Amino acid sequence: MGYLEKFLGNTRKTLLYRGIREMNKKVRILIAKPGLDGHDRGAKYIARALKDAGYEVIYTGIRQTPEAIVKTAIQEDVDFIGLSLLSGAHNELFPRVTELLKKHGAEDIIVFGGGIIPEEDIPFLKSKGIKAIFTPGTPIRDVIDFIESQKEAKNNE
Amino acid sequence: MAKENDIKKHYQNWKNHTVAKGTSRFPERKKNFKTTSGIPIDTTYFPREDPRETYLEKLSFPGTYPFTRGIQPTMYRSRLWTMRQYAGFGTAEESNKRYKYLLQQGQTGLSIAFDLPTQLGYDSDDPRSEGEVGKVGVAIDTLKDMEILLDGIPLDKVSTSMTINAPAAILLAMYILVGEKQNVPREKLRGTIQNDILKEYVARGTYIFPPKPSLRIITNIFEFCSKEMPNWNTISISGYHIREAGANAIQEIAFTMANAIEYVKSAISAGLDVDTFAGRLSFFFNAHNDLFEEVAKFRAARRVWAKIMKEKFGAKNPRSMMLRFHTQTAGSTLTAQQPDNNVIRVTIQTLAAVLGGTQSLHTNSKDEALGLPSEESVRIALRTQQIVAHESGVANTVDPLGGSYYIEYLTDEIEKRVWDYLTKIEKMGGVIKAIESGFIQKEIQDSAFEYQKEVESGERIIVGVNKFRIEEEPKDLEILKVKPEVRIKQIEKLQEVKKNRNNSAVEEKLKQLKACAENENKNLMPPIIEAVKEYATIGEICGVLREVFGEYKENIVI
Repeated sequence: MGYLEKFLGNTRKTLLYRGIREMNKKVRILIAKPGLDGHDRGAKYIARALKDAGYEVIYTGIRQTPEAIVKTAIQEDVDFIGLSLLSGAHNELFPRVTELLKKHGAEDIIVFGGGIIPEEDIPFLKSKGIKAIFTPGTPIRDVIDFIESQKEAKNNE
Repeated sequence: MAKENDIKKHYQNWKNHTVAKGTSRFPERKKNFKTTSGIPIDTTYFPREDPRETYLEKLSFPGTYPFTRGIQPTMYRSRLWTMRQYAGFGTAEESNKRYKYLLQQGQTGLSIAFDLPTQLGYDSDDPRSEGEVGKVGVAIDTLKDMEILLDGIPLDKVSTSMTINAPAAILLAMYILVGEKQNVPREKLRGTIQNDILKEYVARGTYIFPPKPSLRIITNIFEFCSKEMPNWNTISISGYHIREAGANAIQEIAFTMANAIEYVKSAISAGLDVDTFAGRLSFFFNAHNDLFEEVAKFRAARRVWAKIMKEKFGAKNPRSMMLRFHTQTAGSTLTAQQPDNNVIRVTIQTLAAVLGGTQSLHTNSKDEALGLPSEESVRIALRTQQIVAHESGVANTVDPLGGSYYIEYLTDEIEKRVWDYLTKIEKMGGVIKAIESGFIQKEIQDSAFEYQKEVESGERIIVGVNKFRIEEEPKDLEILKVKPEVRIKQIEKLQEVKKNRNNSAVEEKLKQLKACAENENKNLMPPIIEAVKEYATIGEICGVLREVFGEYKENIVI
């Protein structure tokens, strides 16, 4: 898909603004902690490591509602949302985020997740639009590779 | 002295010749060896000072000041540490069953895990509780749940530790009232509430109120318990979570001590005499992988605390100077890859805690990087402690590593570096200032970042993660699942309680609580007990306090 189609297909932002930005903007990533869980070591590490890798990263802080996360994501015009959760509420809260993105016409924001997430939950989360789940021990390289491949796929759309 | 110089000369000689010759054939594995907190490690250690000259001042005998070697004279020769597995999930009924199972398996104390809504003062039916009810612990809304949770567990026989901070006063009130129903008076109850809010701001995240009112609640609890609950540990000042958030061993002790100093100061300035409450302060530390550094850490912590209490706060009672602590093995060291390997990690960490002289211990289960532990893996974790206690022989003498040149060097180094931090924090105007400015958070995060970088680069080897990897079949571990129906059940129970209680009495008690909260000079414990007795919910009680005290807003530092 060429640039023009992509440009025209986007309804979320002012088209022109979005189109120009798209050409030379840095990838923007929101790292967010939904739910009540306070374990933020992983989220903060990912935020800092992605920043070091050259991305623009925003970190929400702990205890965010899915509504607040989606609002920030749209306001900040991010390309990716990385959700981190270690309390076991991922099956409820991760899909809430993708649902709300859809509701606000922002489903082009790519959502990935991480934390203590049992393997058996991963297919369900993927079916709800979470593109990747990174469990403990994942090297940061894998996350970067994922972001780059998604970016490329998006550019080729 | 002559002899000492002799040793030093021999050492230089040995280093220049024997070591040089050896390393020319077998170079050392690394250019620089260091502990996880960055203390340099030499090839070997030797007596740098005459131990007889400093022995009484630095070490002395177990059970005597500065308690470096242990707080009791005979330690595990008299009584083994308390084996206390942190547990709780789903509903009160389910958790009650798990506690009875653990006690039956030889566990000697209870440790209650609460779910996040309980820890943050939200009822199960609060929209913010969605997805979280019963997940990381048991859901408690009212006294009714607590009655079910402790049903058939004799509170005059077991000691109970409750991991609860911001709403600690409420859970303590519930425990007192369940005790009364079992005819166990409050002065006989034994246990601990975590009640350590300062570390929540920098590491664990379950704060509700800002520092000032939070410290008031804590001081109120100290005062109440000093009069009514002589056997209750009023706080568990925790380095555990600071370490889990990424701090190193030195920072773990330094920041915990800085927090402890703040609690003592605040109680003293509220008019309490130090010796009336200090003996009930307890601590909670992490047992990590670097075995010798960890042992030295515990020894250094005891010495630092004894000095703080004696020299800074003028405590007279030796009990006030004794650092009593619970230990948990380091959850963050467990790997999702080849999870069976975690049993070995936990064993090493158990040794660290025991050789370091802990009073109680929780050993993690091998599957905790994957989800909630199954009954089987919890049993293996408990067995690990039992094997160390009964088969390894390490519990047969006190402080068996005392006098090891290396251990004493590390103990001294850690102590020195802890004092450096404490001086720095004091110069900043105390720990609350250091938290508000983000200093503590930044220090922890820098360490966490460095650690992870070392893992990413392969400089730090984690077996099965960045080395010795295998292709693994999808995990066949049996993970405990908390079903979403738990919330529905819990909400039904809550509605039932609300229907059957005396609602006008609840309203009245909450009004009285509010009035009390508004008056800084009043103790909050009595009105909280009154409200809990009428089955006011945690959400209602915290709601009143939120109204008066406001909520803390995170200072985001990355």
